[in-house]
Formats: sequence, C-alpha cells, structure tokens
Amino acid sequence: MIPEIGQFALILALSLAICQGVLPLVGAHRNDAAMMQVGNTAALGQFLFVAVAFGCLTWSFLSDDFSVLYVANHSQLALPTVYKVSAVWSAHEGSLLMWILILCAWTLAVSRYSSELPQEFSARVLGVLGLLSVGFLLFALLTSNPFDRLSPPAADGADLNPLLQDPGLAIHPPLLYIGYVGFSVAFAFAIAAMLSGNLDQKWAKWTRPWTTMAWLFLTLGIMLGSWWAYYELGWGGWWFWDPVENASFMPWLIGTALIHSLAVTEKRGLFKSWTLLLAITAFSLSLLGTFLVRSGIIVSVHAFATDPTRGFFILAFLGVVIVAALALYAWRAPSLDSDVGFGLLSRETFLLLNNVLLVVAATLVLMGTLAPLIIELLNGGKISIGPPWFEVAFLVPMIPLVLLLGLGMHTAWRTQDARSWVAVLRIPAIAAVLLGVVLPLMFYGRTGLMLAVGFGAGLWIILSSLIQPLRSLRRKKGSAGITRSALGMSVAHLGMGLFVLGVTVVSAFNIESDRALTPGDTIEVGHFEFEMRELRNVEGPNYSAIEAVVEIRRDGEYLATVRPQKRQYLVQKNWMTEAGIYATWNRDLFVALGDQLGNGAWSVRVQYKPMIRFIWFGAIIMALGGLIAVSDRRYRLKAQEKSKVGRAAVESA
Amino acid sequence: MSRYLLPLVAVIGLILFLVVGLKRGDPRALPSPYIGKPAPEFELPKLKDPEQTVGSKDLSGQLALVNVWATWCVGCRAEHPFLLELEANDTIPIYGINWRDTRPEALRWIQQLGDPYVASGFDGSGRVGIDWGVYGAPETFLVSADGIVLHKHLGPLDRASWESDFLPLINGEGSMQ
Amino acid sequence: MLAVGLAVVGVAIAATFTLRAFQDNMMFFVDISDVIAGDYPKQRNFRIGGLVVDGSIERQQGSMDLRFRVTDMNCELPVSYTGVLPDLFREGQGVVAHGRLGDEGVFVADKILAKHDENYMAPEVAESLAKHVEGKTQPLRDGPGECVTL
Repeated sequence: MIPEIGQFALILALSLAICQGVLPLVGAHRNDAAMMQVGNTAALGQFLFVAVAFGCLTWSFLSDDFSVLYVANHSQLALPTVYKVSAVWSAHEGSLLMWILILCAWTLAVSRYSSELPQEFSARVLGVLGLLSVGFLLFALLTSNPFDRLSPPAADGADLNPLLQDPGLAIHPPLLYIGYVGFSVAFAFAIAAMLSGNLDQKWAKWTRPWTTMAWLFLTLGIMLGSWWAYYELGWGGWWFWDPVENASFMPWLIGTALIHSLAVTEKRGLFKSWTLLLAITAFSLSLLGTFLVRSGIIVSVHAFATDPTRGFFILAFLGVVIVAALALYAWRAPSLDSDVGFGLLSRETFLLLNNVLLVVAATLVLMGTLAPLIIELLNGGKISIGPPWFEVAFLVPMIPLVLLLGLGMHTAWRTQDARSWVAVLRIPAIAAVLLGVVLPLMFYGRTGLMLAVGFGAGLWIILSSLIQPLRSLRRKKGSAGITRSALGMSVAHLGMGLFVLGVTVVSAFNIESDRALTPGDTIEVGHFEFEMRELRNVEGPNYSAIEAVVEIRRDGEYLATVRPQKRQYLVQKNWMTEAGIYATWNRDLFVALGDQLGNGAWSVRVQYKPMIRFIWFGAIIMALGGLIAVSDRRYRLKAQEKSKVGRAAVESA
Repeated sequence: MSRYLLPLVAVIGLILFLVVGLKRGDPRALPSPYIGKPAPEFELPKLKDPEQTVGSKDLSGQLALVNVWATWCVGCRAEHPFLLELEANDTIPIYGINWRDTRPEALRWIQQLGDPYVASGFDGSGRVGIDWGVYGAPETFLVSADGIVLHKHLGPLDRASWESDFLPLINGEGSMQ
Repeated sequence: MLAVGLAVVGVAIAATFTLRAFQDNMMFFVDISDVIAGDYPKQRNFRIGGLVVDGSIERQQGSMDLRFRVTDMNCELPVSYTGVLPDLFREGQGVVAHGRLGDEGVFVADKILAKHDENYMAPEVAESLAKHVEGKTQPLRDGPGECVTL
C-alpha cells in the first residue's frame, strides 16, 4: 500500500508541476496576477507530494518491504539502519527521486523568499523551475519508477553494494545534488531575465546568493566524494579524472566562473550576456553530467546500472532545455549588453581573465572526457585517456589562474594605480617566492621548479588573501571594516591557497610502497616503521574480515596502531579493502591489505601522504567563504532563509 | 548577432554527436553466434544429485530457458526473484547451469532463496559455459523444442526484457506449432 | 564578447599545448589475438583485456610476483604483474591490464583494473570476447592461426 501511495504522490506532483510550469509563465505574459500567484501554491504542493513519495520509499526500506523491486535489489535484513536510509539514494531510481525532491526544495525556497522580486519576474522563475520539474518527474515515472513491485516478494534483499556502506558516501550524493540542482535557480533567473528582456544590476544582486549557495554545496559534495574515494576505494588516490568525477567538476568550474562574473555584473553592469551564458552553461553541464553518468555512453568505474532508453530520455530532455535556452539567448542577449569601459589595469580585467581561464579549464576537462568517445566514433580504435594527460592539461590554465588571483583581489574596479598596487603586494610576493623555495627544502629536504611554483603559488594566495582581513582587524575603532562579502572572498581564496599547497606537497613527496609482509615483519617508509604484529579474524554485522594489526613507529618511538581490513560481505560475497589510516594535520600514514600470498604473507600497500588533509580542508574553507559571502548584509534576510532550506533538504533526504 | 548564435550551434553539434554515440548502442548487447543455430550439446552432473545428469536430452521437445548462474554473481541474485516468479506461474521450464561455482555454496543458495529450476547442472570448471559462449553470469538462453537458440539475454533477467525480448518469440513459437 | 574571443584563443593554445601530451597518454585497447599476431603498438604502453583463465594464476609462495593468462576466447596471453591486486580480480572474471609486451611474449602489466561492480564487464572486453566467440564457430579461421580454440 505504502509504495502505491508514493507513486500516486508522484503523479499528483507531476500535475502540479505542469500547473507551475505553464500558468505563471502565461500569467506573466498577460500580466494576470492571479495566474502568477498559482506558482507559489503549486511549488508548495509539489514539494509536499514529492516529500511524501520520498518518505514512502524510505519507509519501504526501513520496513524491509522486499516486494518493492528497488528495495529488494539494494537492501537486506541485516543492513544497519543508517544504510537502509542511505540506500534510498544508492542507485538510479532513488537518487533521481532525491534529485527531484531537492529541485522542489530549491523551488520552494525561491517562492518563499522572492517577496522583494517583482511579481512578474518571480512568476517566470517559478515557471521555468516548474518546467524542469515536469521533465524530471516524467523521467522518473516513465523510465525509472522506484516503486515497481516484485511479485512474489523476495525473502531477503540483494544487499547494498558494500562500497556504499559508508557514512561519507551516505551524505556525498545529497550534497552534490543540492549543488547540481541549485544551479537550476541561476538558470531560471537567467531565462526569466531574457523573457522579460530586462537585466539590470539588481538582477545580479538577486542571483548571486543563490548561485553562491549552490556552489558551496557542490564544493562540499565534490570534496566528500574525493575523500571517500581516498579511504574507501582503498588505494590512496584522491582524484582519478574518472568521467563521473569530471561530470561534477565541470559545473563546479563554470559555477566558479559564474560567481565571479556575477560580481562584475552586479558592481559594474558589465558582462551581462556572458553572465547569462555562464548561468545557462553551469546548469547544462549539470544535466550533461547526469546524462554521462546514467546513460552508459562513457565507460566509468562508477557507472550506474545503465539503460539506453534512459539515455535517450535524458538526452532529449537535455537537448530541449539547452537548445531552447540558447535560442532564447541568441535572440535576446544582443540587446542586453551595455558598453561601459574599464581600464586595462582594473578588477574587471582580472575577473575577465579568471573567467577565460576557468572556461578553458572546463573545456579541456570536457575534451578529455569525450575524447575516447569521439575517437571511437571516428573509428580510431578504443582508447583511454589517463590521469597524466589531465594533470598536464589542467595545469596550463591553472598556473596563471592562481598567480593572477592574488593580484586581482587587490585591484580596484575601473582602474588601479600601479604604484599603490606594488606597495601592497610587494611583501607577500617576495615572501611567497622565498618561502616557496625554502620551506619545502626545510621540511622535506628537496626542492624543484614545479614544486617551488606550486608551493609559492599556494603561499602567494594565502598571504594575499590575509591582507584585507588583517587590516580590518587592526583598524577596529568605529570604522566600517571589512564587509561580509569581501571577507567571504578572502576566506574562499585562503581555502584555495591551502588546497594548492596540499596538492603540491602530496604530489611531490608522497611515498608509496607495496610489500609482502608476514606477522612480525617490519618495513620502513620515510622515517616511519610499520610492523605487522598479527593477523586475525573479525566479524562485522554483515561481513567477516581479516584484520592486520600494524604498529607504526617513528625512529623507534611508538606512534599509533592501525587496523586495515579485508572484508568479505556475506550476501554479495565480494571483497572490500578497508584501509587503516593514521592521520595528523600535516600527514596521513595509510596502510591497506592487498592479497593473501601464501606462507602467511600478505601484500600490503603502505603510503606516506604529507599534507593531504589540506586538500579537503582547503575545500571546506572555500565553502565556508561562500557561506560568509551569502550572509552579507545586502542579502542577509534571504541568506538565513536559504541555509534553513538547505538544511531542511539534507534532513528530509 | 552571429556571435550570440555560436553557443547554440556548438551545443547542437555536441548533442547530435551524443545521439550518434548513444545509437551505437549498448556495447554489452552482443549478438550471440548461436542465435538461430542448434544449441551446443551438453551433459552435466546434477547439482542436487551428482549421480544423475542433466543435458541436451532433457531440453529436447519443449521450449525452455537455460539460465547460467553462480552464487558469487550479484546479477544472479537480482534476477532470482523474477525466475521464481516465472516458475511459480508455470510459464516455462527453466534449466540452470551452475557456472564456476562450488557445490555447497550453490546448494545453500537454492535452499535459502528458492529453486526455480527443473534441474541445474553443475559446471564447476566452466567447460560447458565456454561451449555456450558464456562470458559472464547471469546469461539466459531461450531454446526451442527442436534445440535451436532463439534468444540470448545478457545480465539479470527482468520483466521489461522478458516482455520485450522473450514473450514475442515464445508466442511466435506457439503459433507456429 | 571579448571574453568569448579570449576563451576561444585560450582553448586553442591550451589544446595545441596539450596535443603532444594527449598522444603520449592515449592508450589503445588491443585484442589479445591481435597481440599474438604481432599487431600492437610497439615501444609504448597499451591495454589488453579478457577473462583470467581458470587455474592459470601462479604465484610464488609469499611473493608479490604473479603470473596468469588472459584469454579472449581465441588466444591466451601470459601476463606478469607485481603488486597489489584489485579486490575484484579473480579467475574466470573479466580483467583489463595496462602495460607493454616484454620479452618472450609476456605482457608485463603495470596496472590491473577491475570494476566496482562484480557483474560489470568493461565494454571493450565484452566486445573483444564476443568477436572471438563468433570466430569459434569456424574452427580454422584466418588471422592468428597458432591460437587453438579452447
């Protein structure tokens, strides 16, 4: 009964989505206030019905209702309760339902907190969001119904893929989707502006906090995914340039460009058509990512269970959305651009360069992701493109980007006096260059060109981000001090600097060693000794495992004991590696069990990962910067409400 | 104006390209060389009783499914409820080939999850699997009364593929007789 | 619009810049039968894939050196590898290996890949197998003649 209620709720949500997609748009066109008002009501109703559907699916998981096919395939009686909940979004059907729920939550947030927007404008925004929702609800109901029944019911389920039985992965998809879907708001704002033919600086002010909010969730989502891959896939890498990772990274790059371009549009009324294009592109890339992941068109280790019908559906939907948006763009954007000049040495120039470099970076990632497909279709054989290519290609736009970043932050709008610029930045620049060479030599005993560039660039960003906040601290007496907006920018850039430092150091000084060990053996990696004390059997709730007890010493002095495991899950019978990690702020020591080699020996991978935590910590700081920026007084009211909705979405998910 | 059209043109190009990519079809939907040809002869010891055998002789004279399964295979577990349903409704006799497996695990599987098979042959070495051109479990073959392979399904069998791929063939066979 | 122009120029520069790197990092997938027939990229790494032949995994007790054979249902290729294996590596299952052909016709793998999902076979492996399963119906076919059907 419960699953049928869920399905019925979805159908009702679809009919409300149609109302929300059609009536407000027509109303805005005819200037009919009553019709425009429908959007708000429909958005609320739609959210409630989708929440009911989501609740029904969650209930089916919690009550072990194996008469629901999706539950039977992704759960099991002995599965811990937490994972029964996260299993809801562990595969295609359920994660699509969550995607829809999040879209409805964003829509509701826009409808609730758009009172300061002109009614016509907010009606158009809700209409566009409603149309997007119609597409996704149709997709769910026609090709991916999570409530399909299984008769006769299974006695027990097939269990959740053990890789997904992990707290990191339980919250990674919700955060990622909040980010992905959040770009639909910027997209809807862009479409609404083009429909009304009116784009002013106020528009940019309205759009900015929504975009920053979506961006910060996407940042956190990607960061969690990277962290999960690091400890759960077992082999200590933190980014693999896998198509699925790229699918989430491209919208992030474009979203980052959008945040910066919106700043120019708000402050100076410039780059209008460019900002519109970025807003369309950020969301289009989110859709493209969904397509790549769920259609099976590209080979990836993450692949969802794929199905060509689904592929065609998303492709058709994506085609309609993007082509319509860009056609509107081609028609309306030319009349929106304004010609205001700016000096060569001005913040506008730097933000323009920022945008160009970020777009280049995203284009390169897209090229690398699609290249195997292109070459195969041209009958060039089956190729794969390895991470080394991405690493080289990505550095080309990234090095200038991080170097220019420090300059751009301290450049004024319109035009900048070169002399005062040098005065401010002289010290951080010299410090970054010197310390970039000296510090690696001091702490890690080696330096090199790329290392000095990376380390120096990281320090350069950190130091130049600190200038403004430090100054405002010093001049406390009554003066205005730093705005939240500027502070947010400084903090986000600081996070970027920490990230760059982490990436540089871990790629330069990472030590990896695969050895055969029997209990009693010791190996040395760097200054550290790893002794395998014993191997023993351990039983978990739904797995049994072999656990190694490894003692870590530094120069003979005891540091820690880690317990890497090799687990066999009882239902699916597959083996999983659980790494043993001893982490401090400046390094990780990572031990993973490989294979049984006979004679009581196991292959063991031991890694020393200096400063790897800076990568994720930096990303969290970046997101924190975004949060500070949206709390700026200019949009304070809206900001509070939105974070509330964001939280509500996470909780209900 | 034209420069504002540029993104539209680029995106239409990209979408057309993706359509072609998708049309290429699922690379895993492979034609089997045996379709329309006689099914390979086989004879295997029965899973439940190694003294007896099951093989081509049992298949002949009836339309039947041959399902390749193993306890280590996740897809097999996914399709198992559907096989049980086919069996419960007396839709069609199903013969199993228990492929590259161990006998105790396979017996436990059947005991715990139910046995949809008329009989399963035990193919621990995978030899018969090779004759049948199996390259991953689960796979399901539809074999006609005169021993011709009518269809081969890769991956877990579900209702959608049953209705779209198997039923028309089964109905076609029925009307021919 | 200046931005669009700059972006196009930027992409062009970056693309040229990275084209060389692109060629070096492109790894071709080669059928095992083609490897046996001598048709593979010499002097550089490539990928092979197929099923790990049952009973072919040999390892010296207590050592990380490993040897096994991979089949495309037509030919078998011996592979050597030293290191930690992915969780889903096992006899009778699909596998993809990166590396190059060493002396005496042994493929020296520097990387072994298996997928997250046990049931999921890399499409290029499935395709390669399908080709040769088809070939099997004609016992004496052209091409790598020395490979005996299994």
